[in-house]
Amino acid sequence: MVKKKITERVIEVLLALSGLITILITIAIIWSLITESFGFFKVVSIWSFLTDTEWTPLFSQKHYGILPLLSGTFLTTAIAIIIAGPLGLVIAVYLSEYAPRSFRASIKPALELLAAVPTVVYGFFALTVVTPFLKSFIPGMESFNALSAGLVMGIMIIPFISSLSEDALYAVPKSLREASYGMGATRFQTAFRVIVPAASSGIIVSVILGIARAIGETMIVAIAAGQQPILTLDPRKGVETVTAYIVQVSLGDVPHGSLEYKTIFAAGITLFVLTFILNNIGHRVKKKYEEKYA
Amino acid sequence: MRKFRLKKISQFQRNRLVDSSFLYLGIFCTFFGLIILAIFIGNILKDGLSRIDWGFMTHLPSRNAAKAGILTAWVGSVWILVLTAIIAIPLGVSAGIYLEEYGKKNRFASVIETNISNLAGVPSIIYGLLGLEIFVRVLHFGGSLLSGAFTLALLILPILIVATREALKAVPNTLREASYGLGATKWQTIRYQILPAASGGIMTGIILALSRAVGETAPLIVIGALAYVPFVPHSPLDEFTVLPMIIFNWVSRPQEEFLVNAAAGIIILLLITFLMNGVAVFLRNKWQKKINW
Repeated sequence: MVKKKITERVIEVLLALSGLITILITIAIIWSLITESFGFFKVVSIWSFLTDTEWTPLFSQKHYGILPLLSGTFLTTAIAIIIAGPLGLVIAVYLSEYAPRSFRASIKPALELLAAVPTVVYGFFALTVVTPFLKSFIPGMESFNALSAGLVMGIMIIPFISSLSEDALYAVPKSLREASYGMGATRFQTAFRVIVPAASSGIIVSVILGIARAIGETMIVAIAAGQQPILTLDPRKGVETVTAYIVQVSLGDVPHGSLEYKTIFAAGITLFVLTFILNNIGHRVKKKYEEKYA
Repeated sequence: MRKFRLKKISQFQRNRLVDSSFLYLGIFCTFFGLIILAIFIGNILKDGLSRIDWGFMTHLPSRNAAKAGILTAWVGSVWILVLTAIIAIPLGVSAGIYLEEYGKKNRFASVIETNISNLAGVPSIIYGLLGLEIFVRVLHFGGSLLSGAFTLALLILPILIVATREALKAVPNTLREASYGLGATKWQTIRYQILPAASGGIMTGIILALSRAVGETAPLIVIGALAYVPFVPHSPLDEFTVLPMIIFNWVSRPQEEFLVNAAAGIIILLLITFLMNGVAVFLRNKWQKKINW
């Protein structure tokens, strides 16, 4: 009996330890980012990092302003969300309010496939199919451009937004739907005047998490958006995102300990902080609305 | 005046019209992404299918596009898949069991839970920076299979934990109560009742997480995996390349012939990804039918 109790206790502790490892991962991430970028910020002041409008650490005339990388990230993310936001919402409304159950059950795995395709494959698609297509009718389109990468990224994050929004719509109590139908409203009126407003916080969460996802996306932008860190909002131009810069440096032979090496950690910590804030806002709002209808 | 009358007459019909047009819009949007994906796959097949032959699968990489093969890449991908699975599955499943079966209403568990949802949102390239610092530099694994597998294992850990929890949550409580009623301890209940009942769901999660690991490129670039590795890896400490890396390398080259190679490589990669996803969906459906007693 005593032996049994000890075994039980040992097993519980072992299982708890594997839970503890996830906390160690977070600590390791923050530690890696901070120690390496600390060396960077000793040389480059945080002020010039955040306000300098040029990013040229790999040239002889060095500037370390993150803004061009952020504008590249912002531009591709905005394009992706303009595509995935409305599409994802319409899909969510259609699947939760219109589509028959059996259709929903069979179409969802197919939609999830969009998110399962490796991103390097989407990058190839953007570069070899979408860019030539856009070039054929948009004047001034460069071979590497933000538009093509952003559009393809948008297609990739459709299932993130649609499935999270659908969960939110689905969580709205049935009584609201029935009341609306009882008043003679059509499905469309019920969906957009009753259900969507009631689920609005959940829909906002899906968009916020979609944005976080797009900001961190790497391969599509590294392949199709180019490597020119210029401060622009022109989607026809080649840009460089924070993630694409990290890839660019990693592919070269940058010696460990050099300032160039540390720039990727400075870029990384910027990326980490951005996505961390967005994800936390998202989860906080989600928790709130889950309590509302629980 | 006329406008007013028109509106009055058609109010009901207009509502109906809007309602049914949204139906078509919904169907269109739902299939939009899938149609684009289909166009793309069609394109890839057209470009790359003729390039796939025995030589493509068994040749070493080469600067000559027509002679280059993906042997080192697919062997590397298999290595990465197996090593990542060995590292991630025990950790992920145990953490999932702890949180779902032991950690209810306990402060430690709720901290871990918040932490996992944060980790799940960390971009994959950040895991690359983590791997570069910890596994490549501090532990001196270098740009080896071991560094790659550890990095990807950490990356898929949150997915595994969440999937394990979902699977355990789906097991009806009556099963637990019956087992306790017969005098089984908590661990005996989990080991002999809950885990077997949840195994289908856990398996689905494992396959989906591993398929994610097979398709990852960015973190491996950061830890210094190479696209050009002239030999097949023999031990976990060897340098390596994987399918997505070699595809990325070929895509970045200006010559047309390498784009054909990339398309052919993508066909193989997609085949693996879709196969894994298909098996996962199949298992999930089978398991869901079983669990709904």
